Amino acid sequence: MRLKGYLRENGVVGIRNHLLIIPSSVCASTVAWRIAEQVEGAVALPNQHGCAQIKPDLDVTFRTLAGLGKNGNIGAVLVIGLGCESLDTEALARDISSSGKDVEYLVIQKAGGTLSAQEKGLKIARKMSQHVSRMEREPIDISQIILGLECGGSDTTSGLAANPSQGYVSDKLVRSGGTSILSETTELIGAEHILAERAISDEVATTLLRIVRECENKAKRMGVDLRGSQPTPGNITGGLSTIEEKSLGCIYKGGTMPLAGVLEYSEIPSGKGLHMMDTPGQDIESITGMVAGGAQIVLFTTGRGTPTGCPVAPVIKITGNPGTFTLMEENIDINAGTIIQGLESIEQVGEKIWDEMIDVINGRLTKAEALRHGEFGIYKLTSTF
Amino acid sequence: MKNPLIIIDPRDNVATALRDLHKGEDIEIPDMGILLSMIEEIPFGHKVSLQEIGKGDMIMKYGEIIGQATSYIPKGSHVHIHNIESLRGRGDLEGDLS
Repeated sequence: MRLKGYLRENGVVGIRNHLLIIPSSVCASTVAWRIAEQVEGAVALPNQHGCAQIKPDLDVTFRTLAGLGKNGNIGAVLVIGLGCESLDTEALARDISSSGKDVEYLVIQKAGGTLSAQEKGLKIARKMSQHVSRMEREPIDISQIILGLECGGSDTTSGLAANPSQGYVSDKLVRSGGTSILSETTELIGAEHILAERAISDEVATTLLRIVRECENKAKRMGVDLRGSQPTPGNITGGLSTIEEKSLGCIYKGGTMPLAGVLEYSEIPSGKGLHMMDTPGQDIESITGMVAGGAQIVLFTTGRGTPTGCPVAPVIKITGNPGTFTLMEENIDINAGTIIQGLESIEQVGEKIWDEMIDVINGRLTKAEALRHGEFGIYKLTSTF
Repeated sequence: MKNPLIIIDPRDNVATALRDLHKGEDIEIPDMGILLSMIEEIPFGHKVSLQEIGKGDMIMKYGEIIGQATSYIPKGSHVHIHNIESLRGRGDLEGDLS
């Protein structure tokens, strides 16, 4: 198993080499997008936040944007700010540059407006694009990989076939010295006691149970039945009746390894092994959080079928539903429906996903990448003010 | 999974259909001592009751509680949101938590 990736200045490795254009607020998103559109290798984050947010919520947005900039898959970063937003553009650029990579920033109000900012930004981005293009893949080790574990559009095949296969891959990566991140706190409701038993310490178990309790209480404060948002109408059509049933199937994607730690949304793990990140069950926000936390690659199981990708990391899609694979083959990379049909075992499909993951690490595009799917969303603690 | 349905844990009182199961169809899983007659249509991926389940009884899948019966469920029935409910995240059942 030979792996090749990009060695970054701070020891982090990347498996892609994007030039990332980050708007520090929604007001700079159009300019950022227009610059990315015209420069080879550039990708812009369609940020919807960054202003009029209360401090703890703004901190989450800052940490997420900074984490995405620092992700190993990014070769250089251009931050674009409007100039008067809550999120400090210069501070964001400075935080990302602590990773040692090439970072510059630009403020629209100082540049003289849209056209002037675009012109200046294009000149910077053109130079960065050429600089990034000179970087070459070098040998890396599997232990340097952080894998994000996601499921979305689940049905009952997710818990029976796709998630256990994903769990097999997570276990194999952790045994090889790597890191995997389980996510979606909402989808632990009803299954948290099982995961808590695998915690490496009482502290980890207590933190895990606390984040699930807080998530459930937040939902309860709305005064309605969680059903309808969790499980979603699509989950229900697929046979899932309650959040407990969905959660018990979801946790299979975390495999069987001990739970080494619990991370805040977008927090970068300090050690190796299986971690749980406190993210919502909303797939896009969950993936964004894990990738901001350093995940260079994401495995995504889906029973109903979803086209989801990510602007920063490749997303490999797996379905346990044979009908969904036939119907949405253009979006789904791996068919785990063969488990339901009795044609393959969980281990066989797990090995197939592992091989695909190695190929993708080495540069093969996933279907979501080939179709330029770059869904993006940052989790918010509360409304804007 | 050659069987038309799967029982994940011996403690379970529901099984999951691995193909559409039809009303009147009899299914036998000899190694689990199961003989089941479908009293209604069970779509692919949906659950069927393996035994009579009383109103208020716990529904077991994966050997764990996935909810509670909201009505009496005869053996061989479609088990879903019309006859079971969640015990978690029920803001509708609790008072003001703020």
